[in-house]
Amino acid sequence: MSIDPSYYLALAGLMFAIGVVGTLTRRNAIVIFMFIELMLNAVNLIFVTFARMWGNVDGQVLVFFVLVVAAAEAVVGLAIILVIARRRETSNVDDISMLKW
Amino acid sequence: MPFVPPEIRLAGIAPEMALVVSAFVVLIAGTFARSRVNRVYLPALATIGFGASIYFAVSVWGENELQLSDMIALDGFATFCKISLAVFGLLTVWLGSDYLTRDGIEEPEFYGLVLLAVAGMMLMASAADLIVIFLALETFSIALYVLVGYRRRSIEGQESAMKYFLLGAFSSSFFLLGIALAYGAVGSTNLYGNSENPGLAQFLSESASEATGVLVLATGFLVVGLGFKIAAVPFHMWTPDAYQGAPSPITGFMAAGSKLAGFAALLRLFDASLFALRWEWRPLLIGIAVATMIAGSVLAVVQEDIKRMLAYSSIAHAGFVLTGVIATNDRGISGSLFYLATYGIAVLGGFAVVSILGGKDEHRVRLVDYKGAFYEHPALAGALTLFLLSLAGVPVTSGFVGKLVVFGAAIEAGYSWVVVIGMLTSAIAAFFYLRVLVVMYMQEPDESRPPIPVGRAASTVVALTAVATIILGLFWSPLIGAAEDATFFFVGG
Amino acid sequence: MPEGYFGQYATIGIFALAGMTLVGATLQLAKLVRPNVPTVQKYTTYESGIDPIGRGWAQSNVRYYIFALLFVIFDVEAVFLFPWAIIFESLGTQAFIEMIIFIGILALALLYAIKKGVLEWLS
Repeated sequence: MSIDPSYYLALAGLMFAIGVVGTLTRRNAIVIFMFIELMLNAVNLIFVTFARMWGNVDGQVLVFFVLVVAAAEAVVGLAIILVIARRRETSNVDDISMLKW
Repeated sequence: MPFVPPEIRLAGIAPEMALVVSAFVVLIAGTFARSRVNRVYLPALATIGFGASIYFAVSVWGENELQLSDMIALDGFATFCKISLAVFGLLTVWLGSDYLTRDGIEEPEFYGLVLLAVAGMMLMASAADLIVIFLALETFSIALYVLVGYRRRSIEGQESAMKYFLLGAFSSSFFLLGIALAYGAVGSTNLYGNSENPGLAQFLSESASEATGVLVLATGFLVVGLGFKIAAVPFHMWTPDAYQGAPSPITGFMAAGSKLAGFAALLRLFDASLFALRWEWRPLLIGIAVATMIAGSVLAVVQEDIKRMLAYSSIAHAGFVLTGVIATNDRGISGSLFYLATYGIAVLGGFAVVSILGGKDEHRVRLVDYKGAFYEHPALAGALTLFLLSLAGVPVTSGFVGKLVVFGAAIEAGYSWVVVIGMLTSAIAAFFYLRVLVVMYMQEPDESRPPIPVGRAASTVVALTAVATIILGLFWSPLIGAAEDATFFFVGG
Repeated sequence: MPEGYFGQYATIGIFALAGMTLVGATLQLAKLVRPNVPTVQKYTTYESGIDPIGRGWAQSNVRYYIFALLFVIFDVEAVFLFPWAIIFESLGTQAFIEMIIFIGILALALLYAIKKGVLEWLS
């Protein structure tokens, strides 16, 4: 018994869309970053689904790399946000707008 | 099933490995060393690393094959990009050492991160698999996120690091979605592929045009991810903020290296791998190129901060290089390479002058601070004049030759109207470069300003880039010849 | 045992329900049987026998954060060890040496972190 892959793809598409909307509408840097992580995980789900469809493990290996890269990115990003939060006591991106054209 | 380990030949990534090893050495040596005063050995170690990297890159010039399970392309195209990137990195390190000493923020992490960033950019140029492109992109992006926020005491630095990070992570997830969809369409993420192993180019040459729908969708997302790195409109929002807040040497490095790496991947992906799909992606890239040229040039006119102005100018330059990409002919590829190499040298020189004239903590980066700069620092102002004229594309400078070759390639491919827009926007761009010159030469300096110390390494960088800009503007044929040879050795090109 | 894809989830659901009922029933039974003598001490937060200071929402020391960041990186790198370990025997020396290099790079990073004083607890 197996589930039609299109369900997984639809779920992943939905997750990605939620991530995009959340990133564009939320104002807290940490929350924005969580939505970005949601987008990455949606892509991971797509990779695993396609790996199953094609019957090769390439997609699963790619998920490993994405996970590691996402973790490295998370560490650097959170460190940057923390430095700002300690200095300004806010992680709201609207309050951080020294630079304007 | 018995496991057959892949054949390991490291010639293709030897330049990257030299840089990574020297980054480790710099970091470990920097933390173990007791002295916090004399740190000349840090840029020296980095210089050795870049030297080794250039040696390894030059030694494989002329080879043309895929290595490491077809993940790495060893070809002239990659070698050309790697040598250019190593030169950019070298200039950044020398400039940075004076800059950091002046501001009292010299740490081994700066050199380590620059080395790692260049390694990532080099890998991007020789990646023959979408996932390697992604890893390379993230390697240099993560290093750059930290480098942009390197001035921890500066509020602008922190803010620009955060903006760059959030938008960078956002765009790389789009790039990743593109990879996932390409994998779904093809069953592999390899850019080339052969009769046994699937790959993008092989898939496109063998399948009917109806089967490529998902791949077209994937192409769109890949453009988003790479468009962000090359700062093309509409993915340019981060550029002025990140350029303004980053330390000036890093700003120059981003403008030169990040753009070259992004375009290297773009050229390999579109002009080689997805060549068969060109009727689908070319309208998209033409639209982006036109929007980039217009928006970059027009918005630069109203800037009052010199770093922001150069940021918008770098956006406009991304548009000019894109005209070479959409030409999809050999002249377009070699012209883009030549353009990126000469633009990188000119923009690094420009930011070198900006970082010297900015003074401690870069307090003087507004246009009004350049009043009468020629009367206070004739040599620096003269060099900046040269770089700005090169960016504007005035004859006798390298920028003129660069514009000539990419526009020539686009005309050859039948896109004269894009070139007309390119020329019009060049004229607009010339206006804001001239504005800086007017301020420097025709206005009186403020008497109250203290003298600016000029470091030896930084002035060497300015001198070298200035000489290179002139020489490449007069005797361009060796470098164009090298770029053409590089294109000749372009796997699948 | 229910059959089919959703049937297998039903099994998990039944177990979850049974588990929750069991715990809930035991707690209710204990409440009926035990004596009820509330004192102030019993309502304070338990902190290993030390008197609690401040409220429950006190902010934790920011130094935990550095450990968390380091942990995330090293933890995730371990993901590459699992596929290697599963077919370790059939891989041969080449893969073994490669993994030694990989772990060596991680060890270098750890050495760097130690020298930077990240792991020292200065209170």
